[in-house]
Amino acid sequence: MTPRRTLLVGLALLPLPSLAAEETLAAAIAAVVRERAVREGGMAITAPSVAENGGQVPVTVTVDAPQDATLRATAIHLFATRNPTPGIVSFRLSAAVAKPEVTTRIRLAEEQVVITIAEMSDGTVRRAAASVRVTTGGCLT
Amino acid sequence: MSGLATPRVRLPRSVRAGEAFEVRTLIEHPMETGLRRDGARAVPRDMLASLTVAFEGEEVFAAEFRNGTAANPFHVFHLRLPRSGELVFTWTDERGRTARLAQRITVA
Repeated sequence: MTPRRTLLVGLALLPLPSLAAEETLAAAIAAVVRERAVREGGMAITAPSVAENGGQVPVTVTVDAPQDATLRATAIHLFATRNPTPGIVSFRLSAAVAKPEVTTRIRLAEEQVVITIAEMSDGTVRRAAASVRVTTGGCLT
Repeated sequence: MSGLATPRVRLPRSVRAGEAFEVRTLIEHPMETGLRRDGARAVPRDMLASLTVAFEGEEVFAAEFRNGTAANPFHVFHLRLPRSGELVFTWTDERGRTARLAQRITVA
């Protein structure tokens, strides 16, 4: 191997954690959204602005929709922007789900933005985000 | 390794026709991602993969869990059912083990 090639291989092996994390998040969201346009809003995340325990953060996602034959949320996804991995949970909502609202508890490693994506029965996609501060990180402790 | 913990579900025994009702589910589970260390030892991965809720054999609600779901997964959602029947809640872990809970609900 020439010194130059050795250098290139060496650079390729260097960890790039922040960049890698962002790519993983973008890829995870893209896998859900696919080629559809995303509308900002039309839904909301309710979470504490400061969570005492990052290991158990209560989160409620509410979509603005009548949840009837005219328009309903068919899927709700949650993503973490600064956890070791971005995926939190994906919900599938049938026509028997009476409200476009789900409550769960999530873990957050540190202060970060939580992103939610909703897929609607008319084929549209919505997005909302909320910032949560965390007193004690919940992923690696 | 033993099976999964016994889950708990809270929902009304009977509702009026057309009435939406709240469902609360809880199962004890560590949801270990495999990323955590206990001293020098990496704690092995042990995760639930999904919760599915079926009414008379048809899926009405489902959750697919990833690393960001907290230990002891807890969920609240709302259903409206067309008739009386049985709701079956099934949690499945990544090794295929399941916890199942069935509850009959009367729509009057």
